[in-house]
Amino acid sequence: MKKRILLSVLAVTCALALSACGGGGGDPLSGGGDNKGSSGSEVIVGSADFTESQLIASIYSQALQAAGVPTKEQFNIGSREVYIQALKDGSVDLVPEYTGALLSYLDPKSTAATPQAVQSELSTKLPAGTAMLTPSPAEDKDVVAVTQATADKYKLKTISDLKPVAGDLVLGGPPEWKTRTQGVVGLRDVYGLNFKDFVSLDAGGTLTMTALTNGQIQAGDLFSTDPGLHTNHLVALEDDKNLFAAENVVPLIKAGKQNDAVTKTLNAVSAKLTTDDLINMNAEAAKGTNLSDIAKKWLAGAGISKS
Amino acid sequence: MNIMSWFTDPANWTGSGGIPAQIGYHLWYSAIALLAALVIAVPLGIFIGYTGRGEALVAGSANALRALPSLGLLVLLFLVISPVVTGKLVYVLPTIIVLVLLAVPPILTGTYAGIQTADPDAVGAARGIGFTKRQILFNVQLPCALPLMVSGVRSATLQIVSTATIAAYLGLQGLGRFILDGRAQASFAEMAGGAILVAILALALEFTFAWLGRVIVSPGLRRTASKSSSPISTTVLEPATT
Amino acid sequence: MNWISSNIDRIVSLTISHVWLTLVPTVIGLLVALPLGWWAHRFKRGQAAIVGTAGLLYTIPSLALFIILPTILGTKILDPINIVVALTLYTLALLVRVVADGLDSVPHDTVAAAEAMGYRGWQRLVLVELPVAVPVIAAGLRVAVVSNVSIVTMAALLGIPQLGSLFTQGFQLRLYVPLLTGIVLCVVLAIVFDGLIIWLNRLLTPWRQRTVTS
Repeated sequence: MKKRILLSVLAVTCALALSACGGGGGDPLSGGGDNKGSSGSEVIVGSADFTESQLIASIYSQALQAAGVPTKEQFNIGSREVYIQALKDGSVDLVPEYTGALLSYLDPKSTAATPQAVQSELSTKLPAGTAMLTPSPAEDKDVVAVTQATADKYKLKTISDLKPVAGDLVLGGPPEWKTRTQGVVGLRDVYGLNFKDFVSLDAGGTLTMTALTNGQIQAGDLFSTDPGLHTNHLVALEDDKNLFAAENVVPLIKAGKQNDAVTKTLNAVSAKLTTDDLINMNAEAAKGTNLSDIAKKWLAGAGISKS
Repeated sequence: MNIMSWFTDPANWTGSGGIPAQIGYHLWYSAIALLAALVIAVPLGIFIGYTGRGEALVAGSANALRALPSLGLLVLLFLVISPVVTGKLVYVLPTIIVLVLLAVPPILTGTYAGIQTADPDAVGAARGIGFTKRQILFNVQLPCALPLMVSGVRSATLQIVSTATIAAYLGLQGLGRFILDGRAQASFAEMAGGAILVAILALALEFTFAWLGRVIVSPGLRRTASKSSSPISTTVLEPATT
Repeated sequence: MNWISSNIDRIVSLTISHVWLTLVPTVIGLLVALPLGWWAHRFKRGQAAIVGTAGLLYTIPSLALFIILPTILGTKILDPINIVVALTLYTLALLVRVVADGLDSVPHDTVAAAEAMGYRGWQRLVLVELPVAVPVIAAGLRVAVVSNVSIVTMAALLGIPQLGSLFTQGFQLRLYVPLLTGIVLCVVLAIVFDGLIIWLNRLLTPWRQRTVTS
């Protein structure tokens, strides 16, 4: 009896070991959906795993539908690292992006900071088979936020002000920040900040906000359009060395799906979208309103579709 | 993407986020939850087994609790207590509560079933030689109940260790951290590494309990324990790993 | 309430996914467990090996299995087939023991009587032993299906759409309604499946007395 149990242990251990050594059949994390791709003129719209991304994606999707382009929605895929894979392998065709963050992801060494510089550099570095349309004036940057109390205590106005005290502070942000230039890596290399610890939370969402206001972290990654910054009396530190470059909202699309109708519709959306719109929509979402309803309302207000 | 290289990278074994540290955190949360569950379930189980009251209620709710999704409960508890609790407790408390809820049914069932099925001959013999009721409980019924109790604790520990991965969803540490961070960073090696570690930990604990059962349980009981134990009671004691 | 009515499409599709992800593995697991359980019951030597392996399989945490399976199967991590395979393995691991115990619990008198009446081998198994074992197997099946309903929600951590996705959404948006909707629907599904098995049990054992057994 013991021998048989031992044999079965061996079998299970082998299976575990095999899975550790194996995995030669490609990365299971590539691709964000059922990998079937879209047919004909249908555009699969994807989004990242935070609210604003889903809002903008919903706007794109409904605008395209109003223009007669069939869409399929695949929101909430994950972080950029995950949904870019989905875009590359055709699981999705269109995602809303932010110029600076995307550029930093594609080229961590890039130093472009102004909207124009970022846009022109980005257009040369896009992954093969993808294209970007016209960026919007609307912007949403990552900010390093602290509570009013912390800002007063250490006299913080800019991120550089953190240098002498970073060792006493805990930084919180999404898990992907650990390896991103626009994250822990950049804060260390560009600003010389070595925080006491980094806590993995979420992308500028509930966890980070709660952790910051609760005192579990002293500095957190939030989004500049987050209405909570204002309602929770948080201070967004000024990015004096321009680590977080211009972050204009821009549609990133698979080259094969780009046609006149799509381009015209999305460019019209981008032109009308403002940073204030983002802030207002985020505030609506925080109240519990359905995301696609918020998007629909914006589209009606912008005159792009009837409500 | 090589999982092996993730395991052999020395950077993953050091620091506050390294493999030993996360295993430590994981076991720490599990231990606290198990202790709390034992404190709640064992006395309650003894009461139910001894007096026979409340058995139907417990049996029914044990099955019902199995239906509650842990992740959902975790989020619900967090949303409910976050306006009132501050500090790290707002993350730790929901996690521990969910884990305790998972662990109590098997321990409770094991305890009261164990006491109820304690060999009536042994109990009769003890009464015959003059043991008081309390002496019977502590010197005869409880030791007889040990096999089923240990089985229940074993089940509970497994449940806890498997589910403790969700602590990472609230930003806590533990082996779930590798899984969630790996997903966010699109690093399958890290995800799989975390998954394999959890599996190994669960298996290791399973064997520890098998050994512990042999050590704690009186040899006289071991022979009968392997033969009896009705199929229903064993299925009740084996809720799924989450 | 508003949220529910405006999201009803999504809720329905998530529920359907969840039902599929729960029932398919349960049924397949049962079908595979029947012959394996019979083998363990018939050949005592095989029993230790089969039950031992099943026990170990059961020990592997579900989230871990969801993640490790893609490497073994060669699928993508978001492929729901991983969930189906993993849960089939769990259901199998649980039910093999139950089927073996169930067949073991058939009274020898019944078997002897059946043999005396002329039932042979397969006939005896299918027409006599299995039906008598049905209550025991049904009890195990109830545990399996209710557990499966709950385990499927863990896949929300990997981004696979099912009722658990309502939990992560509720969390991100700090909304109670999607969260509670998800939890309630999970419990309802569990109750429905549980009831279904109880009903099937009653259907398949018409000779049962009306007294209440646990």
